[in-house]
Amino acid sequence: MQEAMIKRAKELLAEGIVNRVIGWKRGEFAYDSTPAIFETPEELERDFVYDDLTASNLSKYLIKESRKAGKILAFLKPCDTYSLNQLTCEHRVIRENIHVIGIPCDPKIDAEKIKAKGISGILGIKNDGVDLTIDTIYGKESMPVSEAIMEKCLSCKGKKHVTYDELIGEDGELCDSGRFDMVAELEAMTAQERYDFWRSQLSKCIRCNACRNVCPACTCEKCVFDNDASGIANKAAADSFEENMFHIIRAFHVAGRCTDCGECSRVCPQNIPLHMLNRKFIKDINELYGTYQAGEKPDSVSPLTSYTLDDCEASIVHERGTE
Amino acid sequence: MQVNQKEFEPVIAAFCCNWCSYAGADLSGTNRLSYPSNVKIIRVPCSCRVNPMFILRAFQRGADGVIICGCHPGDCHYTSGNYFTRRRMTLLFSMLDYLGIERDRTRVEWVSAAEGAKFAATMNDFTETVRKLGPNRRLEDLRCRKQ
Ligand code: SF4
Ligand code: SF4
Repeated sequence: MQEAMIKRAKELLAEGIVNRVIGWKRGEFAYDSTPAIFETPEELERDFVYDDLTASNLSKYLIKESRKAGKILAFLKPCDTYSLNQLTCEHRVIRENIHVIGIPCDPKIDAEKIKAKGISGILGIKNDGVDLTIDTIYGKESMPVSEAIMEKCLSCKGKKHVTYDELIGEDGELCDSGRFDMVAELEAMTAQERYDFWRSQLSKCIRCNACRNVCPACTCEKCVFDNDASGIANKAAADSFEENMFHIIRAFHVAGRCTDCGECSRVCPQNIPLHMLNRKFIKDINELYGTYQAGEKPDSVSPLTSYTLDDCEASIVHERGTE
Repeated sequence: MQVNQKEFEPVIAAFCCNWCSYAGADLSGTNRLSYPSNVKIIRVPCSCRVNPMFILRAFQRGADGVIICGCHPGDCHYTSGNYFTRRRMTLLFSMLDYLGIERDRTRVEWVSAAEGAKFAATMNDFTETVRKLGPNRRLEDLRCRKQ
């Protein structure tokens, strides 16, 4: 796949259709990758990678990139195309300035899950589809692929690209991975249990803001959380209230716009399941206002910027609540 | 510390829209209907002016319950503001509930300028509901707690 991508990128550069490419290159370690811009065939040859570890969603970078001179080539995985559509819908990107190549995607590997098995000093990871062979400075290790799959890929919406200019490989199908099951489980608990669960999770937050910064739906130039006068620009750990506030507001601000790409949870250094907050909103929206998938179409209207005359009253929360 | 339920006087923040509910509160006053002094009214131009952050802030600064009052759906002074309120608040309250914060501490009620009696009755009822729940502990800011 990587070879085909580099080949096509070189062609598009040579033809002058695009003047740069956004993709991934190896990061600091053999097991991470980082988004990167490539301007020449040589750079592509040398640094471009696409493998089990290139999980980041490139759509958000296109906000700034699509405003620069010339067209940019972007390689997007199926879930990333939802983000791009949502950004197009909100007029945050100039879609004409982006040449999108949809690429197939196999579940990504989470190096953290490998490390959690006590495997360290990773030099390289090979995947034969069933097992991972991990080269480390202490010798070879192996583990089943299924145990190292990235959390967000376990609840994939499907392998279908919702926007692209061309495809490499086949377009896939939508799938139902039961992504709301965990939300439903939580809903079924008592208020005290839910409170304890979220306290145990949110109290881990170090307010690094990574979740907000990576989110392709969080695109405000100036964020409420960057307001020094608000008293919430600092580390939240000062008080449990601030942790709750940050997380409620962050999730609320992307309600109806979150495409459930899972980047927030992926980047959280504290492994807080942030997607479980976003999915609660998505689930509620689906149940109360009709099924809605943000980013599915480039011209849809968010359920929070619209209404119907016979919407349910807020008291529904009290009526249908458990315990 | 034992919380003495008898002594507990809840603080209720009531966001009232300028055109209907605030006038409704006024009417209940001029009609000499009584509603508890626990209720602190905050006037807003429209119920949809209420940012979710306002509600959290109210809890942070000592409210034990927050109620949002606006014109009846269809009667909004700005035509559609309260329809947006309805969706937003439904989702927000549901999220608070999901986080384990007692859902009875929040409410939306439509009160017109002619419904002084409904205003008083709503406030009486809501205050009693919150009184039963006791002080807001799950969404309080210890730094703001009054000694
Ligand atoms: S909130 Fe998380 S899952 Fe939703 S769009 Fe943002 S990064 Fe993706
Ligand atoms: S990425 Fe995690 S630790 Fe950082 S601010 Fe978000 S939730 Fe908190």
